[in-house]
Amino acid sequence: MRPSLRRMAIPAAFLIAALAGCASKPVMQDGIRVNDPYEAQNRQIHDFNKAVDARLIGPVSRLASTGGDDAASDTGQPGALDLVINMGSNLSLPGKVVNSLLQGRPGPATRNFFRFAVNSTLGIGGMFDPAGSDFGLPEEDTDFGETLAVWGVPEGAYVELPVLGPSTQRDAVGKVVDLAIDPMWSILQTDRQRALAFGLRAGAKAGDRARFGDTVDSVLRDSADSYAQTRLIYLMHRRHDLGEESSDIDPYADPYADAAAIDPYEQ
Amino acid sequence: MPTLPQSTPMNSDRRHVLALLAGVAGGAFLGGRPAMALDAAQARALIDTALGEVYAVINSGQQPARMYQQFETIFTRYADVDIIARSALGPPARQISAGQFAAYRQAFQGYIGRKYGKRFREFVGSRIEVNGARPLKSFYAVTSVAYLNGRAPMEVEWHVSDKSGRDLFFNIIIEGVNMLASERAEIAAMLAARRGDVATLTKDLQQAG
Repeated sequence: MRPSLRRMAIPAAFLIAALAGCASKPVMQDGIRVNDPYEAQNRQIHDFNKAVDARLIGPVSRLASTGGDDAASDTGQPGALDLVINMGSNLSLPGKVVNSLLQGRPGPATRNFFRFAVNSTLGIGGMFDPAGSDFGLPEEDTDFGETLAVWGVPEGAYVELPVLGPSTQRDAVGKVVDLAIDPMWSILQTDRQRALAFGLRAGAKAGDRARFGDTVDSVLRDSADSYAQTRLIYLMHRRHDLGEESSDIDPYADPYADAAAIDPYEQ
Repeated sequence: MPTLPQSTPMNSDRRHVLALLAGVAGGAFLGGRPAMALDAAQARALIDTALGEVYAVINSGQQPARMYQQFETIFTRYADVDIIARSALGPPARQISAGQFAAYRQAFQGYIGRKYGKRFREFVGSRIEVNGARPLKSFYAVTSVAYLNGRAPMEVEWHVSDKSGRDLFFNIIIEGVNMLASERAEIAAMLAARRGDVATLTKDLQQAG
């Protein structure tokens, strides 16, 4: 249950090396740069993910959201769903602190550290969010995919991962490394605690699906081509989060950097 | 030779009157404002006004179908529907007749009103704060933050241009997700599924969204 950092570091290094060497030709599509050499396989996984979402994740999260949100709207107190999301995201904070430090960003690292300290104690194991509501310390999201981006690793090809959904080669590697370097595995004492923590983190992800349920539903169900739409939204949003949309670091690696600002009058 | 000094002031007067008339006509077209290039304050004011009308509809508590119609009206008033519809359709927009394009455009604005109207319903009890505008390429980017219940604040950017002859917005970018790009992908996929037939696309857009 507890992956050793050293044992994971070698395959991770190989993955990064393979990724850096994987330079396929991106094309401009719908105003953004798309690099999708595995589209055929990705589309198969997308169909699988859609089926999983329609039969399992969607119904369960809808159930959870009606249960949780109704309680919340009636009493003004967080519902069961909010508690799971809060606890799960609280447990993700130590990993984010590590990533911010690896990115050379002490500011977010410090704030997420204090957020974790406040919510784990005053927030009763992260069930509540006094750090965000009373201390002005909202969660600052990051992950190892972002760390790789900061280190200059290219985005790589677009990939859709089974169950986890849209990603890129760089972000997929990031997810694996995030599991390995997460200090939660060391902080928690027993395998049972670690299993519970993992469950809460997974539950928080499913909770986000419930919270953004209508948006996800409309993209998956109502789009003429939900694969292309998912890919487009993921890439635009991720590049925005990483501050890459108007990157001027390497014009050869990112020749269409400013394409997100479409000027339809200029044609 | 003696006629020249006389005719020159006459021509100049006529030009002056024509310019004045053009200015008045232009001012009327722009809703009474003097004709001048778009600036940051105007771009910002446009979005403030449009959002005010959108929230008035959201908070009116009317039937959804009625609300979607009103969103469509607001969209046609403040957005450059022509360029958005044209850009979403892409190269086929140049190959169809003006009448065909007008029909497609009409269907497209109804589709947008319904599709985004459904999203606006999640904005009940929320607020959007417009906080600035900056020049970008040939247009202005108006920046705002949307505060929705139970969600982290979202960055919403509006792209405003006067290239159509009026100050209108032509794109909305929510946390990096670009409406124009998204609609390009959607319309391209719909058109491909209809083997490039714009007439069928137009017919189906009347129901879509």
